[in-house]
Amino acid sequence: MSTSANSQNRRNFLKTTALGGGGLLLGFNWLTGCTGKASQPGSVDLGPELPESWHDINAYLKIGNNGTVTIYTPNPEFGQGVMTAMPMILAEELDVDWKDVISEQAPFNAEKFGFQFTGGSRGIMSRWAGLRQAGATARQMLIAAAAQEWEVPAEEITTKAGRLYHAGSDRAMGYGDVATVAAELPMPEEAPLKDLKDFSIIGKSKKNVQGREIVTGKPLFGIDYHKEGMLTAMIVHPPSFGQRLERIRNLDEVKAMPGIKDVFAIKTYKDGQEKGGFDTNAFPELVAVVGDATWRVMKAKKALLVDWQEQEAFEESINGFRGKTSRKVPAGLENSAEHSKRMEEMAAQPAREVRKDGNPELAFRTADRVLERSYSAPFLAHNCMEPMNAFAHVEGDQVWIAGPLQAPGLIEPTIAARMDLPVENIDIEMTRMGGGFGRRAYSHYMLEAALISKEVAAPVKLIYSREDDMTNGIYRPTYQATYRAAIDANGELTALHVKAGGIPESPLFANRFPAGSIDNYLAEEWSIDSNITIGAFRAPRSNFMAGAEQAFLDELAEELGKDPIDFRLELLQKAKDKPVGERNDYDPERYAGVLKLVRDKSGWGQGDEGISRGVSAYFCHNSYAAHVLDLTVENGKPVVQKVTCAIDCGVVVNPDAAANMAEGGIVDGVGNAFFGEMTFTDGKPDKQNFDSYRMIRMSEAPKVIDVHFVASEVDPTGLGEPPFPPVFGAVANAIYRATGERRYKQPFMGKPLKG
Amino acid sequence: MATINLTVNGKSRSVDVDADTPLLWVLRDQLQLVGTKYGCGIGSCGACTVHVDGLAMRSCQLRVEQIGEQKVTTIEGLSEHGDHPVQRAWLAHDVPQCGYCQAGQIMSASSLLENTPHPSDVEIDAAMNGNICRCGTYTRIKAAIKSVNAVG
Repeated sequence: MSTSANSQNRRNFLKTTALGGGGLLLGFNWLTGCTGKASQPGSVDLGPELPESWHDINAYLKIGNNGTVTIYTPNPEFGQGVMTAMPMILAEELDVDWKDVISEQAPFNAEKFGFQFTGGSRGIMSRWAGLRQAGATARQMLIAAAAQEWEVPAEEITTKAGRLYHAGSDRAMGYGDVATVAAELPMPEEAPLKDLKDFSIIGKSKKNVQGREIVTGKPLFGIDYHKEGMLTAMIVHPPSFGQRLERIRNLDEVKAMPGIKDVFAIKTYKDGQEKGGFDTNAFPELVAVVGDATWRVMKAKKALLVDWQEQEAFEESINGFRGKTSRKVPAGLENSAEHSKRMEEMAAQPAREVRKDGNPELAFRTADRVLERSYSAPFLAHNCMEPMNAFAHVEGDQVWIAGPLQAPGLIEPTIAARMDLPVENIDIEMTRMGGGFGRRAYSHYMLEAALISKEVAAPVKLIYSREDDMTNGIYRPTYQATYRAAIDANGELTALHVKAGGIPESPLFANRFPAGSIDNYLAEEWSIDSNITIGAFRAPRSNFMAGAEQAFLDELAEELGKDPIDFRLELLQKAKDKPVGERNDYDPERYAGVLKLVRDKSGWGQGDEGISRGVSAYFCHNSYAAHVLDLTVENGKPVVQKVTCAIDCGVVVNPDAAANMAEGGIVDGVGNAFFGEMTFTDGKPDKQNFDSYRMIRMSEAPKVIDVHFVASEVDPTGLGEPPFPPVFGAVANAIYRATGERRYKQPFMGKPLKG
Repeated sequence: MATINLTVNGKSRSVDVDADTPLLWVLRDQLQLVGTKYGCGIGSCGACTVHVDGLAMRSCQLRVEQIGEQKVTTIEGLSEHGDHPVQRAWLAHDVPQCGYCQAGQIMSASSLLENTPHPSDVEIDAAMNGNICRCGTYTRIKAAIKSVNAVG
């Protein structure tokens, strides 16, 4: 048994600092007395029986007198499966039967639950230690309670599946029998943790705890929120980036339409209000339309005539994770054609040096030949299936908000500042999210709903139309990268140069592979300001760099006459044996591990005649992923026959759900590689809905996806994002094998394939 | 405003709405049947799929005044106890991620299977291509559909 010591007191238990990544401080406070909303079934069956009484053991769980256990999932659920996986972790250490567990979304309460955030693939990684401790200490309290009851030493008591045993006196009872007593006991300072080999819940697939509610259409999502007397609101934002509101032309006419309660302008921020890091918002001036039925509001919105004017250039100050920064926002109506031209100009100039090893200039000067290739990708819209929405009810100085959001703690201070209220007056309920992908970390729509509710003095549900959602910004930026490789007369790689940039940010990770494996290395970056807003999109920046880098390595391997997997493994061996530089932020052995596993599982190089295969691997969010993608071409259209995937993300908590998420990441990657694109004409998004914005559909999805996890005892790392970025490279490389033509510009299906 | 009579999930319902209101918003706003989802409003994503006289239809594209005597079934009425073979298959394959599109997927799939008990891949693609799943659960959806009437 491993033991975790903890000398802190009951009210300040488990202060842990998450290692790596953004270094967010996660403060677990140990207040009892949770009040949640109605419990949800704990399995696909009808769920455990509800008890007559509940007893709070700690902030994360309560135990019923019948032994049923409710476990609170601190982080919001957007389909990544935390409402199943997080209770599994706690239940393992508590040592209860999974069928007795009810999973419930925790209330938003930073004091109890720390940073309640879904993003950066950090959920399981950041909660692993805390949830295990929550379960293990609760188990100790139950044992102590039984020791009192039976008047035997606690050391002689064992547990199994929610029951306590004393072998010496041949006695046994359920957790529920001592829950009342246990709830009054002090938190132990030491909590023994299980050995990994003794796990009976973690590592054994469990079904989605909300599966039954999903397949029967129960109200789970923000858009389903209902309150008696609630009005429906929609917003109208400027049609183009670089515009703001001038005036509403037919206000009275629209106000008089059937069912319309009010039409008015709102301003999302005060003048000069300092913004948080996730307060990105191109359109702070909006027109709100409020009415008694969604369809009537939609009709009024359509009838509304609004004049817009050009927004002047401005600078805004931002106080985010990176401290105080400022952002320059240029004026003007931007065009995609102009973006491409400006990106090419920047790519042709020297840029800001981020990392240099050895003497790359000399290596390039003396090279026998140089391979140079440029890659680009467009803006992307998140297109969550559930459009942005929020319920808000402002009554006096109290603000009640409910809806789908990835990080209530990020928007709460913004709402408080805008509404001149202390944060204590703002209550946010996290609903299940119909997808997030990064988009719902920017929850300006919550603030908009609150301002609208205040104005009409009624509970309001704000719904974005699909068009509002798609044209609102927060896009994945457009990027460009140029790779150059110097090859000497012996056919050896001597230097690598990467120069990457984008609008409005650079995608470069200078210290990732292949940095560290090449003696002479130069990484540079650039960026171009824009008034088109951007935000995190599943594996930010990685989702472009992986594709560019892995396509270039593929072409480079071919140039050097090497097998693409062998070539990568050679570089990784070099990075392991004789690493260049000291800031390499990947583990070459684990990286090589996923390549070897995918090579074995895909049968790479064995009887793959007639199949065009692309390989790709990447490291991000602390995890490693590699794919082999098999592609055929039928009538100029790509058909993905199979994707074999290998992932190393440490211990896998819920294997089948983890595979599901990897499958989803692969489908998402294939879809965006083939079709994903947002373009602009005079500042206006060219695509407004799914008739023009091409999403991957059933017939275009890979026919087979075969996911394998590296067996590991390392604490869990990220999973939602890592499988996504390398897909782009695998697609590009497979297209080349199938057609003999390399594609450098995403989306790859901008024109039909040969063959 | 018009009074419109409907048969939804086997029950007669009467609603006072604008006659041009799409069935989707009558279900969601008036009848509180929110399992049917809004996704695009133009019939391009399938999130709002319901059965009208047994056929899968996009409820955002049907004006409520057009429904007349036709029987409407939503996800809430697909089975009494949530145990329709397609719902069971979805649970067995643990299909959903976010779950938002899944009611529409299930309504499309159950309509397909009603008429084509053993669909081929091509038939599944044709019937399901109108339903977008942003989480990318397509391979599980297909496996679940194939399992419903599988022999053995």
